[in-house]
Amino acid sequence: MTPLAEAPMQRERATTIYEKSKAGRRAAVLPDAGVPETPIEDLIPANLLRAEPPNLPEVAEPEIVRHYNRLSRRNFDLDSGFYPLGSCTMKHNPRLNERVAALPGHARLHPAQDPRRAQGALELMYLLQASLAEICGLPSVSLQPSAGSHGELAGLLLTRAYHADRGEVRTKVLAPDTSHGTNPASVTMAGYEVVKVATNQRGGVDMDDLRAKIEEDPSQIACLMLTNPNTLGLFDENIEEIAGLIHSAGGTLYYDGANLNAIMGRTRPGDMGFDIVHLNLHKSFSQPHGGGGPGAGPIAVSERIEPFLPRPQVVRREGAGGHGPRFDLDFDRPKSIGRLRGFQGNFGVFVRSYAYILSLGADGLTEASETAVLNANYLKARLAAGRAGERLPIAFDRHCMHEFVLSGRPMKKELGLATLDLAKRLLDFGFHPPTVYFPLLVDEALMVEPTETETKESLDAFADAVEEILAEAETDPEVAKNAPYSTPVRRLDEVRATRKPVVRQPLG
Amino acid sequence: MAEANYPDDLRYHDQHDWVRLDGDDAAVFGITWYAQDTLGEVVFYEPPEVGATLTKDQPYAEVESVKAVSDVIAPMSGEVTEVNDVLSDSPEKINEGPYDEGWLVKVKLSSPQEYEALLTAAEYQKLLDR
Repeated sequence: MTPLAEAPMQRERATTIYEKSKAGRRAAVLPDAGVPETPIEDLIPANLLRAEPPNLPEVAEPEIVRHYNRLSRRNFDLDSGFYPLGSCTMKHNPRLNERVAALPGHARLHPAQDPRRAQGALELMYLLQASLAEICGLPSVSLQPSAGSHGELAGLLLTRAYHADRGEVRTKVLAPDTSHGTNPASVTMAGYEVVKVATNQRGGVDMDDLRAKIEEDPSQIACLMLTNPNTLGLFDENIEEIAGLIHSAGGTLYYDGANLNAIMGRTRPGDMGFDIVHLNLHKSFSQPHGGGGPGAGPIAVSERIEPFLPRPQVVRREGAGGHGPRFDLDFDRPKSIGRLRGFQGNFGVFVRSYAYILSLGADGLTEASETAVLNANYLKARLAAGRAGERLPIAFDRHCMHEFVLSGRPMKKELGLATLDLAKRLLDFGFHPPTVYFPLLVDEALMVEPTETETKESLDAFADAVEEILAEAETDPEVAKNAPYSTPVRRLDEVRATRKPVVRQPLG
Repeated sequence: MAEANYPDDLRYHDQHDWVRLDGDDAAVFGITWYAQDTLGEVVFYEPPEVGATLTKDQPYAEVESVKAVSDVIAPMSGEVTEVNDVLSDSPEKINEGPYDEGWLVKVKLSSPQEYEALLTAAEYQKLLDR
C-alpha cells in the first residue's frame, strides 16, 4: 500500500456547527400560534431569566444534515470495520435490539412515570435483573450504576457499608498491578488506600505477594478488586485460593466485569467466590458504545451484601384476590447506601441488553464467549506464525481468553518502530488499532480483542496487515513513523493536546 | 537526547533513577534515559514540596507522559532542598536532557551510605539488557 499524497478529507478543515452559523438562518419556520403570545417575563420570575439570549447556531436544515453527515464520515466505527480495541469488547450490536428499543412504549417512556403506569418497563428491568443474577451466579442485582466505573464505586460503597454494619473500619483495598486504571481510581475516590499486588510469571496474581500484603494487617483489608480473566486476557487459575484468602481476612471480593465476554455460560463470578460484580452492559451485552451511546454498569451481589444495595430496587409483588403480580420501586431499604443516580438508569440500554440475552439464550451466550476465546486464540496464533512472532511477541505465552497482549519491545529495539507507530499505520489499512500501552507492566503493549462477531476473513486480513507493516518497516521504518496517511487528520500532537488543551470555542 | 546514554559518574536505582553526589551528604536525583524513553514525551511533572522527606524505594514524585502516569521512586533517603522549577513549564526538559536540565530534586541525604548499594552505569545497563 502506497501512502496517499493527501486524502480528500484532509483538505477541508473540520468545523463546528457554530462556525456554520449565519444570523437569521432557520431550519424551520413555525406557523403563527393563532392566539395572543404571553411575554416570557410574565411566565418566569425575572431572577431566573437570562440577561442575554443563548448563543445557538443558526443554520438551515440542509447544512445541518450535511454537517453531521460529514462528521460521521470522518469517524471510524464498528459499522465501518474491524475494531479490536482490547478491553472494550467492540462487538457487533444486533439490529434487532434497536428495533425493540425503538418501540414507542420503550422509547417514549417518561422517567417520572408512576410505577403503576410503567408496569411493562419495570417487569423488563426485573427480568433483566434476574437474567444478570443467573449469569453472575449471585442472588441480587441493582441496575442503578451507569458505567463500569460507577459500578466499581457502588461496590466499594457497599463494601464500606457491609463492614460498618459489622462495626468495623477497614482502610485498604488490594488490586493487582494489571488492574484497569479505574480500579485504583475508584478505590481512592471511595476514600480507601490502594495496595498494589504483583503479577506472577504466568500473568496471574502473585500468591506470595498477596499473602504478604494480607498478613501485614488482615483487619485492614476491606476488599480485593480483580478482573478474571485479567487485562492480559489470562484466566487466574488460583481464583479459589485467592477468594479463600480474602474471605478469611474478612474482606469482600470484587469482580470487575469488563472481561465477562470471555466466560458467559462457562463459569460464574459467584461460583468463584466473588461478593460483588459489575457488568458492562455496553460491552458484553451489545449496547453501542465508545461515543455511540450511554452505558450501564449493573452490579450483582451475594446475600451478605444485598441489604446495602442502592435504592429504590425494582421488585415484584405477588398479587392477591385474583390479581396478577405487579412491579414496583422499593424504597423501604433501611441499610441501603442510597441512590446512585437520578431516575432508574438508561432504560434503552436495559431493553437492548435484555433483547440480546433473550435472542441468544443460555446456549447462545455460552457460544458467544466460546467464539470470542476461539477468535482471540486463532488471531494470536496467526500473528505468532509471521513476523510478529519475533518482533511483536506475546507477553505471557499461554492460551488466552477473549483477548491477548503483545509486546512491541523487540520491534522498537530492532526496527525503531514504537507500538504507537504500528497502531497509526493500521489505520491506513482500514482497521481501528488495538489498545496501546496498557497494561502498564508490558513494555510497548498492544492489546488485541477481536470479539466473537468477526469472521475468519477479518482476522486473517488483520494479521496480514500487521505482517505487511512489519515487512515494510524492515526496509523503510519511516513509512509507519509518519502514518497515518489516509485518515481525515494525520498524526495528532498529543503532547500539545495534553499540555495546552483547547476545550472551548470562543463564541461570536 | 536520541541515543541511550548512562554517564559513568552517576549511580543508578533499578526503578530507573539516577543519583549524582554533591558533597558528602547532598545529591541530585533524576530519571534515566531508559525511563524517559519508555514513558515517551513527558507532559507534566508533579514535584514534591521543598522540605519533604524521601524514603529510599518509596515514590516521591509523579511524571505524566502521553502514555501513562508514573511514580518516581526515591533512590536514597533524605530531605528535599530544591525542586527543578523549570520543569513545571517545560517538562520536556526531562526528555531532552534527563541528566542535566531535566534533573528532578536536590536532596540532603539522611543515609549517605545508601549510595554504595546503588548500581554502577555498567550494572544498570546489564539490568536493562535482560
